[in-house]
Amino acid sequence: MGSFVQWLIESMFLWKALIIIVIFAITLAIAAYSTWGERKVAAYIQDRRGPNRAGWGGLLQPLADAGKMFFKEDFIPAQADKWLFILGPCLSMFTALMSSAVVPFGSSFIIGGKEVFVQAIEINIGILYVFGVVSLGVYGVMIGGWASNNKFSLLGAIRAASQNISYELAMGMSIIAILMMSGTLSVREIVLQQHGGNWNIFYQPLGFLIFTICAFAECNRTPFDLPECETELVGGYHTEYSSMKLGFYLFAEYINMFASSAVTACLFFGGYNYPGMDFVERQLISGLGANAGHNVATLIGIGSMFTKILFGIFFFMWVRWTVPRFRYDQLMNLGWKGLIPLAVGNLIITAIAILSGYKLVGIWVGLALMVVLISIVWSLRPKKKNAIMGA
Amino acid sequence: MQLTNRAKKTDKSELSLFERSYLPSLATGLGITIKHFFQAKPTIEYPEQKRYLGPVFRGHHILKRDEEGRERCTACGLCAVACPAEAISMVAQERVKGEEHLYREEKYAAVYEINMLRCIFCGLCEEACPKQAVYLRHDMFVPVFIDRSDVIYGKDQLVEDMTHRYKRDAWTKEDAMKLWK
Repeated sequence: MGSFVQWLIESMFLWKALIIIVIFAITLAIAAYSTWGERKVAAYIQDRRGPNRAGWGGLLQPLADAGKMFFKEDFIPAQADKWLFILGPCLSMFTALMSSAVVPFGSSFIIGGKEVFVQAIEINIGILYVFGVVSLGVYGVMIGGWASNNKFSLLGAIRAASQNISYELAMGMSIIAILMMSGTLSVREIVLQQHGGNWNIFYQPLGFLIFTICAFAECNRTPFDLPECETELVGGYHTEYSSMKLGFYLFAEYINMFASSAVTACLFFGGYNYPGMDFVERQLISGLGANAGHNVATLIGIGSMFTKILFGIFFFMWVRWTVPRFRYDQLMNLGWKGLIPLAVGNLIITAIAILSGYKLVGIWVGLALMVVLISIVWSLRPKKKNAIMGA
Repeated sequence: MQLTNRAKKTDKSELSLFERSYLPSLATGLGITIKHFFQAKPTIEYPEQKRYLGPVFRGHHILKRDEEGRERCTACGLCAVACPAEAISMVAQERVKGEEHLYREEKYAAVYEINMLRCIFCGLCEEACPKQAVYLRHDMFVPVFIDRSDVIYGKDQLVEDMTHRYKRDAWTKEDAMKLWK
């Protein structure tokens, strides 16, 4: 028995379990308070105050909402496929929670002479994992929509599926440009390469733009929230859902927002890196000693990571309360005719820039050349008479 | 015909490439929303903060007393007749000797009841009253009731309390105009 306890402490098992539980709890807490934040941001943008009755500043509102959800009638339509109907929201929630597993939230803690990464699992195909899990997420929506046996739900599910497929292409290609620069699929490695202020956003401005737009589409957020377009589809894929099953769908959306903000922060904004981090760490180590200094520096890094994540979530909300929803043909046009060609162009420019040896200058010059080229082609296109806007 | 100068002529000309990317108008939109995000909010937190509703607001009913503390109401029933919602009912009684300090007129309302679920706060009772006895206060709401037995207000809730006399802020239009200055 004693040796087993010894083994537990010596192995990474205990620390990993602790970190996984903490990340899980933080994910849930941030998702829960995103619902509160969403309502507050919406209210402030619309010159209102937002929820402020439950607790100080409405901070107990998420609990009240969850309580309401739990006590509502859990209704399953008679014609629905019962097991798939239950599986849908579970799958949605499950995949949403899994996606942040490979995200490095901080560099590492040194505990008892051992280095523990602040990350649930470090795998060398991190980005692929994120992609796989995020793609699985649409199954929750599709199964839910299909199992409801309701035409509006089905239409919502179909929209979700086609939207996810369309935008995953452009998203994947914008990430490939990053991967070409970093030469690794591990998220931790990508973050390490952006040490200090050497962030990928400076190398990949277009890639960042494409990635952000696609992230909005993947999370089914406005202006791409067509799967739950209430003016056309009642409630979209969750029309038939009530009680905590509906809660799971809504919650999964917020967890997805958190995860995609985290991934964006890692890929483009240097994750837990911040300018002047070496100086801060040196000062802390000279002040507190090697181990404690490193650990405190890691904590500051975690703080910088969460600042970026929270700003990302705020940006999601900010856009939601600014932009109206796209029409479906506009959505498809933007995805297939706009983002994918741009992503391919970005890919080619990045490749040329890397081969030329001048990464930063090459990419910016290349992008400028591409803009010039596109505007020349644009001005040479045959003019249509009585052109309809956006057609 | 031009009614205001706020009308804007829409520009139907074809969009340039820069405009077609929707990024400039998106940035403008984000700018507008973030400006509103940081703006001061005009909200009045109602139960904690109450705004002044003006001297002519029609709220809680009151049966006035005169300067000597005698009830003005003479139970003529004109308010009950005027009431479009038939919310007012009363029982008249003759004043006996020794009650002159309680009731101003020779006849008074022994029972005066207003059904607050029926009342529409139109103020016609106030206009009908020849003795200037019934008023709708401008400074007090009828509170929320949660039981039907609380709905009918009797004299105990309606007759003026001499220690906290009701005074309207402005009786004439001129007084009211001064208030808003």
